[in-house]
Amino acid sequence: MSAIPADPAAATATITEEAVEAPRPPLPRRVKQRLTSRGATAAAIIIATLWTIPTFGLLVSSFRPEDSIQDSGWWTFLGDFQFTLANYADVLASGRSSSPNLGQYFINSLAIVIPATIFPLVIASMAAYIFAWGRFRGKDTLFIFVFALQIVPLQMALIPLLSLFINLKIGEFQLLPAGSYAQLWIAHTIFALPLAIFLLHNFISEIPNEVIEAARVDGAGHATIFWRIILPLSVPAIASFGIFQFLWVWNDLLVALVFSGGTADVAPITQRLAELTGTRGNEWHRLTAGAFISMIIPLAVFFGLQRYFVRGLLAGGLKG
Amino acid sequence: MEDFGEKFVQVGVALAVFAAVIGLIMLLVDRAPKSFRDKATIIGFLAPAAVLLAVGLVGPAVQTTLLAFTNSSGEPNGLDNFAWMFTQPEALVTLRNTLLWVVLVPLLSTAVGLAYAVFIDRARGEKALKALVFMPMAISMVGAGVIWRFVYAYRGGEQDQIGLLNQLLVWVGGEPKQFLLDAPENTFFLIAVMIWIQTGFAMVILSAAIKGIPMEIVEAARLDGASPWQQFRSITVPSIRGALIVVVTTITIGTLKVFDIVRTMTAGNFETSVIANEMYTQAFRADEPGRGAALALVLFLMVLPVVVYNARQLKKQREIR
Repeated sequence: MSAIPADPAAATATITEEAVEAPRPPLPRRVKQRLTSRGATAAAIIIATLWTIPTFGLLVSSFRPEDSIQDSGWWTFLGDFQFTLANYADVLASGRSSSPNLGQYFINSLAIVIPATIFPLVIASMAAYIFAWGRFRGKDTLFIFVFALQIVPLQMALIPLLSLFINLKIGEFQLLPAGSYAQLWIAHTIFALPLAIFLLHNFISEIPNEVIEAARVDGAGHATIFWRIILPLSVPAIASFGIFQFLWVWNDLLVALVFSGGTADVAPITQRLAELTGTRGNEWHRLTAGAFISMIIPLAVFFGLQRYFVRGLLAGGLKG
Repeated sequence: MEDFGEKFVQVGVALAVFAAVIGLIMLLVDRAPKSFRDKATIIGFLAPAAVLLAVGLVGPAVQTTLLAFTNSSGEPNGLDNFAWMFTQPEALVTLRNTLLWVVLVPLLSTAVGLAYAVFIDRARGEKALKALVFMPMAISMVGAGVIWRFVYAYRGGEQDQIGLLNQLLVWVGGEPKQFLLDAPENTFFLIAVMIWIQTGFAMVILSAAIKGIPMEIVEAARLDGASPWQQFRSITVPSIRGALIVVVTTITIGTLKVFDIVRTMTAGNFETSVIANEMYTQAFRADEPGRGAALALVLFLMVLPVVVYNARQLKKQREIR
């Protein structure tokens, strides 16, 4: 029955663990010199530069005055040094209705991402606990089915899910009105579940049997075992997946486009930024600052929690 | 700022409702009669996930499949949507572009990622060098789209350029160019963005695999006088074959579903559309849900074999370990 459950989490976790932590024994000097030859170093520096320059150019531009951005390339900034925060003030301000208003959308992103990370984590942990420790007929088949759901691209669900949300009414009262966070929370939760259940199951099923048996003997029920033992012991897996889900939702555009309605009340910052590139594609002072505001949180997560980030990312390779 | 408060009240209410539902499930499970308690636990713990997946994913996927065989007013039209996809010029461009993406992105990101991983292996500052190339992976594809639109920005020949690539063209004596408008080469400039993003992913995994190669093998090859290139070809590449396959297939899956980059940079205009973007355009902009569903179905059928192969590879790797 374990034919399909390959284990990206475990497989990749071991790889990354080595990459990130394990220091290799020091090599003899001779070997080291041959490995890092001059040509290789030069090539590496060229690639690193090529990969960094586009972002660097955008960062520099976001601090240049509007006129300078429009008249000269950012690479002239050293000869003609100017610094301003006006672009950031401009995109964040919510004064006129025509302004980019990114502060609002930034808050929307936060309001979307917090429940959209917590909901799937709790629901998936509960299901994973049953798949790991419950006993009932057809369990393995059901688990493989859930695992297999990962291959369904979310594009397959968008059209019917949207009409389902619209038609979900009690009398005249629409349960999940268009232009509310609720549609986004639920859509993100649904799309996260197959991968979340699978990864958390792999982790939870490794918890030693004795721990759980001991608790049962002491008279603990399933709910107690789940909250007092399973969840605390699963923190590493929950953290990895949580960070991945957080970034996935924060960076998402497609789900937002379909379910948010696009207003400043609900739409996330990615959607607003995409909109600005379409309607004001040449207002570079706004686009540069706006892009950086949308990247602050992911970059903070990246540099602060790189280890968990890598692990979550690798495990989440199949999502979408 | 009152807005801020109101939004967080919504979040607070949602979290409270959610906690109440979960709490209720826990309570019911704990209070169930003893003979029924195990069953109640299984049902109660699985129900939220089961309902959401059945109603939100399985049901819709089936509906989408059926929808693919209907026209814009919902009447069955047989294979018309697929006939459209495989005969109409604008749809064929979409398919051609998707093929270009799916060949070039995995190949080039993996190649550059591998080269970089080998070059910086055990170099001074390896961690920082890795972070530089890996960073694009953390930011949104919308953000990446903005970054690269700026690189490609165009000004008429008489003005100073503000896009780096056009400035480079001018410096070497060329004419500035509308990188994103001129088909068919504009697709390649979009593909470059995805390669920029995915190279870091390839590099991190391959670098980890390279560090896993037993030192004795490398030493032995060196004592036998193998050149760096020979070592790379006969030792490094065969030793990390499994990781290479996982990297290529994972990037292939991501590339097949690419949407944000195209949406942000050209919105699929100027003959740059790909399947995932066209699916969105047809279903939610052009009012052709049948065609959108058909494109989603084709996307699923393209992703399917790659995912299955990827899962097999991961399993094999794990067994070896």
